[in-house]
Amino acid sequence: MTACAVSTKNTSTLDLNQAWQVHPQVSIRPEPFGALLYHFGTRKLSFLKDRRLLEIVQVLSDYPTARQACDVIGVTETELPQFQRALATLRDSQMLIEVSV
Amino acid sequence: MTLLEAPGAPSTKPARLVDLFEFGLDSPICLTWELTYACNLSCVHCLSSSGRRDPRELSTEECKAVIDELERMQVFYVNIGGGEPTVRSDFWEILDYATEHHVGVKFSTNGVKITPERAAQLAANDYLDIQISLDGATAEVNDYVRGPGSYATAIKAMENLQAAGMENFKLSVVCTRYNIPQLDEFKAIADKYGAQLRLTRLRPSGRGADTWDDLHPLPEQQRELYDWLIANGDGVLTGDSFFHLSAFGEALPGLNLCGAGRVVCLIDPVGDVYACPFAIHDDFLAGNVRQPGGFAHVWRQSELFQELRKPQSGGACTSCQFFDTCKGGCMAAKFFTGLPLDGPDPECVQGYGEELLKAAKGKEKSAPKPSGDHSHRTSPPRPREGMGPVQLTLTRREDLQRPPVNDCEPNPLAGFAAQLASEQESAS
Repeated sequence: MTACAVSTKNTSTLDLNQAWQVHPQVSIRPEPFGALLYHFGTRKLSFLKDRRLLEIVQVLSDYPTARQACDVIGVTETELPQFQRALATLRDSQMLIEVSV
Repeated sequence: MTLLEAPGAPSTKPARLVDLFEFGLDSPICLTWELTYACNLSCVHCLSSSGRRDPRELSTEECKAVIDELERMQVFYVNIGGGEPTVRSDFWEILDYATEHHVGVKFSTNGVKITPERAAQLAANDYLDIQISLDGATAEVNDYVRGPGSYATAIKAMENLQAAGMENFKLSVVCTRYNIPQLDEFKAIADKYGAQLRLTRLRPSGRGADTWDDLHPLPEQQRELYDWLIANGDGVLTGDSFFHLSAFGEALPGLNLCGAGRVVCLIDPVGDVYACPFAIHDDFLAGNVRQPGGFAHVWRQSELFQELRKPQSGGACTSCQFFDTCKGGCMAAKFFTGLPLDGPDPECVQGYGEELLKAAKGKEKSAPKPSGDHSHRTSPPRPREGMGPVQLTLTRREDLQRPPVNDCEPNPLAGFAAQLASEQESAS
């Protein structure tokens, strides 16, 4: 497998008020535990261990901001920072990209 | 296999991925597909005892049907191997079909067909990755295992790939007693050609069963390998194959789990599905892609895979303090050295496997043999049972008075005398 461990250090925060989308070269496969993401460009594999995180990723591009997408899936204000970190990790591995306006 | 650390998903109980994977996945992550048993080489450690094509191998159309199914199952990519997959005349067609259908391909080759033209074609496809096999950093060490000329072939292929602009392809090395002192040299070769080094474990599978005693790393070399892997970290791929070494201390990057039937499996050239590429034996045969329901049915429903996904007993290893990281090691390595599957790996770094092997030596029970053998019959010469001069005696068939008349016989009277004779007989 060509996937590589990615450092989660020095992760900058993800702007929740931006629009985000899954990279066009990324394929998402739901699994009982969450989902697998595979990036055909970087050949990296990523695991989502949370069903709600998967749902957010799936609807992300339908909303003008990531905050709204999280809200629709039912993420509470206190849970939001955790999801923000998870999304930032996905952005760092190029699974997510900013939607250019 | 190495994994991307899961995004810090908000979860009340932080379940380890390893624990989740033990129960299997809807589709494999890492699927090996051997396209043919045909090979131009006769490597002495070949996992699949390859050499000659099997007449029952999947046709081009059947291969495409398998790809359609993998696409439906969202298998992101397959590792294609063999035999030497590129000797199939439809190999390039199958490759294009897979990548057009969103199934990425990484294929292993000894480089025999990687011409400058092919290299250019391969470099242009983003969904392709290539693995060149080399088992020695010098021709001497490599050719001892892979055969004369194979070092030069692999180097030439890497030159062609580099010249074509193919980046980050893999240089794949099976670690043996003879090449472990060359790890730094392998790294240098990979760097020279812009490739990434991949080290994997020698298994006593296929012809490897015959050569394992001579080739497998010595106990002190296991330590050397472990230290080297720790020092080189993520820069070197291992296919997650050295998790038995984790018992030295720090766990190596990767899943550290036997993925057989859980996250990996093998489709062999005739469509048989085995739990892992190192276990081509009837005991690990789950089904065939030609059966109704195809590959998805085998992966999701087969009894064998259901069994492998149940929690496994650590057996004799449970009391070992390293069981949590090494998980008892490699199932195939235990099986083909005749060790119990719920005991230690033959190369257990704590020495428990070696003790068992020593105790078993000289006893009646021998290690199981691989189910198939497609080795070349002439090279390298190997003693075979039942061979020798054919014993036959030439006699006449008693029911024939004389040889039957050839259909091409130009003489219009041919056979006439025989007919006459039989009429006379019946008249008398």
